[in-house]
Amino acid sequence: MLLEVKNLHVEVEDKKILNGLTLSVEKGQVAAIMGPNGSGKSTLAYVLAGKDNYKVTEGDVLLDGKSILAMAPDERAAKGLFLAFQYPVEVPGVATMTFLRTALNAQRKTRGEAELSTPEFMKLVRETSKHLGIDQEMLRRAVNVGFSGGEKKRNEILQMAILQPRLAVLDETDSGLDIDALKIVAEGVNRLRSPKRSMIVITHYQRLLNFIVPDVVHVLAKGRVVKSGGKELALELEAKGYAQYADEAA
Amino acid sequence: MPAVQETVEQVRRIDVDQYKYGFVTDIESEKAPKGLSEDTVRFISAKKSEPQWMLDWRLEAYKRWQTMREPTWARVDYPKIDYQNAYYYSAPKKKALASLDEVDPEILKTYEKLGIPLREQEILAGVVRSEGERRVAVDAVFDSVSVATTFKEELKKAGVIFMPMSEAVREHPELVKKYLGSVVPTSDNFFATLNSAVFSDGSFVYVPPGVRCPMELSTYFRINEANTGQFERTLIIADKGAYVSYLEGCTAPMRDENQLHAAVVELVAHDDAEIKYSTVQNWYPGDADGKGGIFNFVTKRGDCRGARSKISWTQVETGSAITWKYPSCILRGDNSRGEFYSIAISNGRQQVDSGTKMLHLGKNTTSRIISKGIAAGKSNNTYRGLVTAHRKAANARNFTNCDSLLIGDQCGAHTVPYIEAKNASAVFEHEASTSKISEDMLFYCRQRGMSAEEATALVVNGFVKDVLQQLPMEFAVEAQKLISISLEGSVG
Repeated sequence: MLLEVKNLHVEVEDKKILNGLTLSVEKGQVAAIMGPNGSGKSTLAYVLAGKDNYKVTEGDVLLDGKSILAMAPDERAAKGLFLAFQYPVEVPGVATMTFLRTALNAQRKTRGEAELSTPEFMKLVRETSKHLGIDQEMLRRAVNVGFSGGEKKRNEILQMAILQPRLAVLDETDSGLDIDALKIVAEGVNRLRSPKRSMIVITHYQRLLNFIVPDVVHVLAKGRVVKSGGKELALELEAKGYAQYADEAA
Repeated sequence: MPAVQETVEQVRRIDVDQYKYGFVTDIESEKAPKGLSEDTVRFISAKKSEPQWMLDWRLEAYKRWQTMREPTWARVDYPKIDYQNAYYYSAPKKKALASLDEVDPEILKTYEKLGIPLREQEILAGVVRSEGERRVAVDAVFDSVSVATTFKEELKKAGVIFMPMSEAVREHPELVKKYLGSVVPTSDNFFATLNSAVFSDGSFVYVPPGVRCPMELSTYFRINEANTGQFERTLIIADKGAYVSYLEGCTAPMRDENQLHAAVVELVAHDDAEIKYSTVQNWYPGDADGKGGIFNFVTKRGDCRGARSKISWTQVETGSAITWKYPSCILRGDNSRGEFYSIAISNGRQQVDSGTKMLHLGKNTTSRIISKGIAAGKSNNTYRGLVTAHRKAANARNFTNCDSLLIGDQCGAHTVPYIEAKNASAVFEHEASTSKISEDMLFYCRQRGMSAEEATALVVNGFVKDVLQQLPMEFAVEAQKLISISLEGSVG
């Protein structure tokens, strides 16, 4: 088992968001997490990545059988955890290329690997960005500054492709995308599917799962998993809505 | 620990250990008697074998200084300076050097340690190693005297005069007489007047008409002696159509007592001339409790005397306990242009009050101000700027952008812009912003694998990028490293 979330209770500013969430993700598995607004989907993403102000009051998160809760965000990243942000952050004045390189080399350094040379890195970025329709001009622009919604999401997937994580958490990667942009992003994600890489695809809508077909679907309501099943569960949710689970979780 | 909190902690840990240039060179020196009097002024002038007119000029300034008061309008707070408890002249004992080989090896070693090559062969060797790297002529000022100036001969061939001020007074009196004090008069302000009386050494540059100076010129100032003030004086003249790019760097040993640095820099640009003046100021900032450090009271002013002339100031200020510095442009010539690009970083207990003055006198004059202030620790960082348009300055244009970044919650950033337009056709724009280093930005960087330090350095470098781009390439890299060191808990 790559990831085990055990009976996780989380508070944000004294408000309880996760209430005993339990979830396992196998190596190479693509797990979709669906749920209504306020069910705790994004909170789960942030807690996994180690964001401040998310207080774990009970439970544990294990990666490769070891707890990661005491680790800093950068340590978790070096261990192969990647979060594609729902709202990618702007970093003014820092070229996307510089950002990518700093991030990759920082991870490699933490893992005791040699830094990539400039030609090696350039080659990697050129090849990777091509598939995502990202041109050199975009790589020279400051990270996410003035990017369209689609550019921001493609940039997240580019980072994922460069950093090659073992566990990628995609937080509402479909939000704010038109159908064409969604297809490009989904193709980018599918290209990264591998027996060595697990993914947690968080989404409100079933639409994304037509393009990124999950192995399993978990339904989240009121801070816990209320139902798990195969990919057909997503279609059932699309038809019936989330209302039925509001009662089950209570 | 929250990411921002962690960064703040790391920044707080910066103390004397972080200052790489804090060593002292053990060398015999010759000093003027302690204190300041007419005799001190005469002593300095005699040491430099100055002509009578120079001594008279100094004495007049000294007389004037005695009637003046130390200014108090800046947002800086420091113990009263006892002007009688300092040395005004200190020089390594050996003098009258015929060549670089005669420079005290200890001094050469000092500059080597600072990364400033003084031997031309070594500099040339450096060029062979990395192609495309430009050569830089260096004037090295150690306490009160210039100890070496490189590439003098080669510059001479191009007609460029680059020499210590004390030599220029003797060798080119007509030029010095004509320009010295013509931009910053002896009576200008308390510190400039003090400098006029006791100035020691500095660089003199004259670029003749139509000449583009073939290499970067640079002066490296080093304060070594304890209890000694440094009062350098720099004068740069670009004649019609000439171009010169000049860079100064400064460091000092770590000492418990404060030391005074009161320099004056004057720039004169004639018709169609351009002067680019860059500073990387890294004087000792004092320790975490605010003990020691350099008091940096500097008057820098450029005169765009000719039509279509241009003067550009770029500064990266990371050192000094107190910084009081306003590099300015007098836009006298029609269609002249002034620029000021500044990065001022304060940490620990540092206090920075810095900015610029753009005085539009001529027609169609333009100016641009980009200031980036970064405050961390318990420091205070103030931008103070003045933009004026004279009655006759038709179509004057100014654009000002002041951004401040706060790291932690115990520091302060302040912006004090003064704007006066006496000509109705003037257009002055002012933009200002103050932001705290954002938790979300740091988290985003750290999620990608960067440590708190790396993330902060990246964000800060992004913040100052517009200004870094103005620095000559070689120095931009240096400055970038310096910024990281100034803000991080580790020495790069």
